[in-house]
Amino acid sequence: MRSQFVFSEIWIGLRRNLTMTMALIVVVAISLSLLGTGFLFVKQVDQARSFWQGKVEMSVYFCIKSSPNPTCEQQGPATEGDKLSLQHELQQMPQVQYAHYVSQTQNYAYFQQEFSNEQSLVENTPNGSIPDSLEVKLKNPEADFNVVYSAVQGAPGVDNIVNEMTILDKFYKLLDGARNAVVIIALILLVAAILLVANTIRLSAFNRRRETAIMRLVGASNFYIQLPFLLEGTITGLIGWAIAAGLIVAVKSLWLDSLEQYFSFNIGLSTGDLIEVIFLSMLIGVVLCGATSFITLRRYLRT
Amino acid sequence: MPRSHPYRHCCDGSVINFENVTKVYPNQSRPALEGVDISVEKGEFVFLVGSSGAGKSTFLRLVLKEERPTDGRIHVAGKDLARLTNWKVPYLRRRIGCVFQDFRLLPNKNVYQNVAFALEVIGKNRRFIRKVVPEVIDLVGLEGKHDRMPDELSGGEQQRVAMARAFVNRPMILLADEPTGNIDPATSIGIMKVLDRINRTGTTVVMATHDAAIVDSMRKRVIELEYGKVVRDQSRGVYGQAY
Repeated sequence: MRSQFVFSEIWIGLRRNLTMTMALIVVVAISLSLLGTGFLFVKQVDQARSFWQGKVEMSVYFCIKSSPNPTCEQQGPATEGDKLSLQHELQQMPQVQYAHYVSQTQNYAYFQQEFSNEQSLVENTPNGSIPDSLEVKLKNPEADFNVVYSAVQGAPGVDNIVNEMTILDKFYKLLDGARNAVVIIALILLVAAILLVANTIRLSAFNRRRETAIMRLVGASNFYIQLPFLLEGTITGLIGWAIAAGLIVAVKSLWLDSLEQYFSFNIGLSTGDLIEVIFLSMLIGVVLCGATSFITLRRYLRT
Repeated sequence: MPRSHPYRHCCDGSVINFENVTKVYPNQSRPALEGVDISVEKGEFVFLVGSSGAGKSTFLRLVLKEERPTDGRIHVAGKDLARLTNWKVPYLRRRIGCVFQDFRLLPNKNVYQNVAFALEVIGKNRRFIRKVVPEVIDLVGLEGKHDRMPDELSGGEQQRVAMARAFVNRPMILLADEPTGNIDPATSIGIMKVLDRINRTGTTVVMATHDAAIVDSMRKRVIELEYGKVVRDQSRGVYGQAY
């Protein structure tokens, strides 16, 4: 194998249809980076989901002195008995995995933590104004929420019941929608990239038809004849991927990471996830360009 | 394996052997070759003559396995072409050199690079190429012109480059399709001397031509084709005996 010879032939090929090669690199770069962004979104959603799955699905807040709710004002703050009997009742229910009591001090600490980026709100909220609560984890949140909700609603001392899932649903819908849009655009661009690869290789085969004819005549093996074209496609794919890798890193550090500021909890993607996504897009880019070149060559370099 | 091996030698020393070969191109009623029996021995020099469309080019294409015969058997370099798998065809072609009327040089490579290209693409190492290419360029009479580009050379010189490229891998057979077709008679003599020199190294030369003067002056074997049939096969023949 004369590697120096093969590479000089590739260089000639790339240089001869430079505009086509550049167009191809740009399309491959954009489609791969969009696809990579889609993958990042998928991972982000998964991460957020698994984070929340370990969390409660329902928070039952008790009435305290400062509660503005009219029911609370009428009944007064929840008594220790109310709290214990409600907790007991919940734990008896087959749908409930557990119901933990969280004190006012604890809830205030969580509140401070969650709104740490809004100091003015924290400073204007005195300790004791956050009610204590029961944090309920359901066995099957989708199906059982309403059953448990109706059992708890109207129980003495209960201020309000927060469905943590409805908050998450909005977040998921947003992420899912963004992901789907990105992936669909990426797929359309990938189709464009495939067509461009096919066209570039066809042009390249046409440009090098003299060389190819002589190679065939003097008995070069098919592999040797096709190799420069295959590598040409693959190298173009790799350059496109390298640019895409940069864009994916930018998307993660500039966009997804800034998105995470709005959530106090840590659902950031690790460097490992990022490398995985970049590696995956490289695989797709190289296989796509290589395979397309190969199939195109079958048609244009018949012996 | 019960079936006979494609490398099996046949035909007692003949390097090209056509047995009752017929070739009909698709969508053509008249065969390009019909019932052709030709045997070319090792080291022979053969002229293939006949008017345009007589089947000379088809003969050469069949030897290269660029076409398959419609009927009959072809052995080249001891191999039955019908049994030769597609991926082995390149190895057959390494034993056959080709020269054409239109030279077919690469315009962006100089003389040396054009000749070396034939060895590079079959994976020969650089040291071998550096040793062999200058020898062959000298053999065809282009010493000192290694760096010339094809468009700086005369037609005769370009054809010499093409011959050097065809011969550089020391093929068993050299096929020449009207090599003097684009060259004036005086220069053609030089080309024929090179072909003769190549023939003297033991390489079988098959040359298709219209050039009566050359055929008459060389006094080699002449095979004449007409409408796809062999009408004359004569050792030490001339071009137009029948006319």
